[in-house]
Amino acid sequence: MQFGIFTVGDVTPDPTTGRAPTEAERVKSLIAIALKAEEVGLDVFAQGQHHNPPFVVSSPTTTLGYIAAKTEKLVLSTSTTLITTTDPVKIAEDFATLQHVADGRVDLMMGRGNTGPVYPWFGKDIRDGIPLAVENYQLLRRLWREDVVNWEGQFRTPLQGFTSTPRPLDGVPPFVWHGSIRSPQIAEQAAYYGDGFFHNHIFWPPEHTERMVEFYRRRFEHYGHGSADQAIVGLGGQVFMRKNSQDAVREFRPYFDKAPVYGGGPSLEEFTSQTPLTVGSPEQVIERTLGFRDYVGDYQRQLFLIDHAGLPLKTVLEQLDILGEEVVPVLRREFAALKPAHVPDAPTHASLVAAAGGGHDSTVHAADDVTGRTVETAAQA
Amino acid sequence: MTTRTLAVVSAGLSDPSSTRLLADRLTAATVEALRARGEDATVEVVELRGHARDLADNLTSGFANGSLQTAIDTVVGADALIAVTPVFSASYSGLFKTFFDVLDKDALTGKPVLLGATAGTPRHSLVVEHAMRPLFAYLRAVVVPTGVFAAAEDWAGGGVDRSLAGRVERAAGELAGLVSGRPVATRPADPFADPTTSFEELLKGR
Repeated sequence: MQFGIFTVGDVTPDPTTGRAPTEAERVKSLIAIALKAEEVGLDVFAQGQHHNPPFVVSSPTTTLGYIAAKTEKLVLSTSTTLITTTDPVKIAEDFATLQHVADGRVDLMMGRGNTGPVYPWFGKDIRDGIPLAVENYQLLRRLWREDVVNWEGQFRTPLQGFTSTPRPLDGVPPFVWHGSIRSPQIAEQAAYYGDGFFHNHIFWPPEHTERMVEFYRRRFEHYGHGSADQAIVGLGGQVFMRKNSQDAVREFRPYFDKAPVYGGGPSLEEFTSQTPLTVGSPEQVIERTLGFRDYVGDYQRQLFLIDHAGLPLKTVLEQLDILGEEVVPVLRREFAALKPAHVPDAPTHASLVAAAGGGHDSTVHAADDVTGRTVETAAQA
Repeated sequence: MTTRTLAVVSAGLSDPSSTRLLADRLTAATVEALRARGEDATVEVVELRGHARDLADNLTSGFANGSLQTAIDTVVGADALIAVTPVFSASYSGLFKTFFDVLDKDALTGKPVLLGATAGTPRHSLVVEHAMRPLFAYLRAVVVPTGVFAAAEDWAGGGVDRSLAGRVERAAGELAGLVSGRPVATRPADPFADPTTSFEELLKGR
């Protein structure tokens, strides 16, 4: 099982001091958090994509590319990549490039984005959210799998004889997850392709997550990718830990009370009882997290949200230390002991290359405009 | 004998409230009218005051907690709904509106509904028509023609009260007429049922 962190990349004032980080500080803090994640033994770092304040994550592969160069093992992912408003051609190019930069340590999570005004900035309409996700993702898959694409659809200018470069590393596209909170159509999409399904999980009652995951698993089996319990499931989680649980609650409460995503609603105690948010000791986090399996089954990826609501970088890095030292090693052991042998791990570049019967260079060399000759045919001649 | 479920939503705030009082009279008259048509009824009352904080929490968190979800399920699954609000600033109360705000927009489609309102002055007497009906029209509920408004003076007894009693009876008769003979209410479509449109169809031409 993979463990990691996901960030939305928000710039939020620290409610205890009133100070907001600068964009420069926040961008650098994302990098520091990712490097720390590798240092403490986590597997995955995923970052969001937004194109409006208060976020600093409009260009995910820039940051992820830098992190790739500074890390050895960390899988770089997204949470999420906006498949609705981002040109699929650009996604195909950016993430194939990142695959080469990161030696394959790349996957993506597709999301739609739920902020209406963002869509028109990119010439789109939020009411087309699902059809955009369906069309754009189908095109993205073809761009990665077919050297030359002729394509015409509803939302983008047609493509004639288009080759997306660079081609995917070893001829194997990155693994894709689909994230959705409440749209069965997206779980259906993930199931149709045999892709992973990720439920944000953290702001919702467990029954809600359970139904979405059950639906995805059932449809995964329907489409013939394996049995329902072999579907690839990821969950979000949200924790704040101190050695003593009372200290954790005391320190986190002002962040909870003022955070844009929580403030003014249920109390911290109500929210922790109604959703997966866990504020307490590392032991409490371990117990709660192991309990997720009771309602989604054996799953492949657990990502924690730990750097939001204005929490200072120093605190976030301390949380990563606790995760890496006290929580994840236990979770790794316990989950592994529970998982039946026929349930697969999350796909990685290595496992996908092996499944494809080995890697091959898939470089497409330019053809001469006039003769149609390529480097390859010229070499043979 | 068919047994119908009658959900009653009252947004009255005091105890006892005239809103609940009106709701009870509408309910009793509807049960009576159903009996006259050979049908039994189970009554489930949702007092919104008990869910005031749940509703506010739902607005910020985006989901209903357990207690509110039970109330929502009661209303959504009922054969008919009686909804009564006090008039606040010339319209339904915010509490009343919030409950209908957090329902799924299709949750009341086709549901037989009887509307009632109470106020301190008869000058609000058209509130059922100008405020409540448009809301339930948006929700595509089937609202009976008679809405029942009761001002302070309607509770005073005498001639005016007799006319309130007449309106209650007429409205209840209309609701019972709508309900009886209909198939018993079924749950709304399960969003997690196997899709009726295949994914291949969604992909056509893409």
